[in-house]
Amino acid sequence: MKCSEFLNELTNYLDGVLDARTKSELDDHLAWCHNCYVVCDTTRKTIEIYRDSELYELPEDLRVRLRSAIMTKCSAHKKSNPPSS
Amino acid sequence: MSTIQPNIEQPVSEEMQLVRRAKRGDDQAFEELVRRYDRNVFRIAQHITQNREDAEDVVQEAFLKAYSNLEKFQEQSKFYTWLVRIAVNEALMKLRRRKPERTVSLDEEVKTEDDSLPREVADWSPNPEQMYNQAELRDILTRTIQGLPEGFRTVFVLRDKEGLSTEETAEALGLSIPAVKSRLLRARLQLRERLNRYFRKKASGDGDQ
Repeated sequence: MKCSEFLNELTNYLDGVLDARTKSELDDHLAWCHNCYVVCDTTRKTIEIYRDSELYELPEDLRVRLRSAIMTKCSAHKKSNPPSS
Repeated sequence: MSTIQPNIEQPVSEEMQLVRRAKRGDDQAFEELVRRYDRNVFRIAQHITQNREDAEDVVQEAFLKAYSNLEKFQEQSKFYTWLVRIAVNEALMKLRRRKPERTVSLDEEVKTEDDSLPREVADWSPNPEQMYNQAELRDILTRTIQGLPEGFRTVFVLRDKEGLSTEETAEALGLSIPAVKSRLLRARLQLRERLNRYFRKKASGDGDQ
C-alpha cells in the first residue's frame, strides 16, 4: 500500500468504519511507515483535542436569557397563529 | 491505533415523544427540546459565524423557526438533525450577510500523491494538554479553526465536535456522502497541519527534514 492510498482511507480508518481486510492492510502500513503513523496519530489527537475542548460553550446566564427569549417569541407566535382545529 | 467514535447517543423515542407533545401545543415539551440542544446549536452557530452576537441570534431564530414549522417535521429523521439543518442555514445567512461569498470549490477529489504528503518525523510530545493551560489551548484552537474555509469548518464541527454521523451530516447540510467524507478529510488534515505548528516537538535535531 502506498502512503497516498493510506491517506485516502484515513478518515474511514479513524472512524472505524472499514472492513476487516482493508483495516488490516492499513495496520500493516502503519507498522512500517513512521510518517503515516505520525500523521495518523496527530490527526486522531487533533480530533480528540477539539472534541474535549470547551470551545464556544454557552455560559449558563446567557443560556437562561436565550431560553427565556425563545419561549417568549414562541408564545407570541402561538398567539398570532392560533392552531386551526 | 484506537478509532474515533461519536460521543452523542440520542434517545430517539423519548425525543420523538417530546416532539409529538410539542406538536400538540405543549410548550413545556418544546422548552425541554430547547434545553436539550441549545448548547449544541450555539456551538455550531459560533463555529460557523465566528461571532458571538450572531450565534446568539442564530440560536433564537433557529428554535423559533423549528417551533413555527414543527408540523412540517415529518419524523423521518431525528429532530436534532432537522434542527441542525435549520441552524446551519440561519448561521450561513448571517455569515454571508457579513462576508462576501468566495466561489471556491470545496468538493474536488482529494489528491494525495505520495510526493505531496505531509512529511513528519516528530509526534506531539508531551501532549498539547500538558504544554498549554486551558485558556491558551482554547485560544490556539479558536485561531486554528477560524482559518478553515467555512465549508470545511461546518462539516468538521458537525461530525467531530457534535458527533453527527456522516449520513446525518450529509442530510443536515444537503450534501452528498462523498462530499461530506472529502470535506471531513481535508478539514481534519488542515487542522492537524495548523496545530502541528504549535505542537510539534521542538527538541534539537528533531522536526524539520
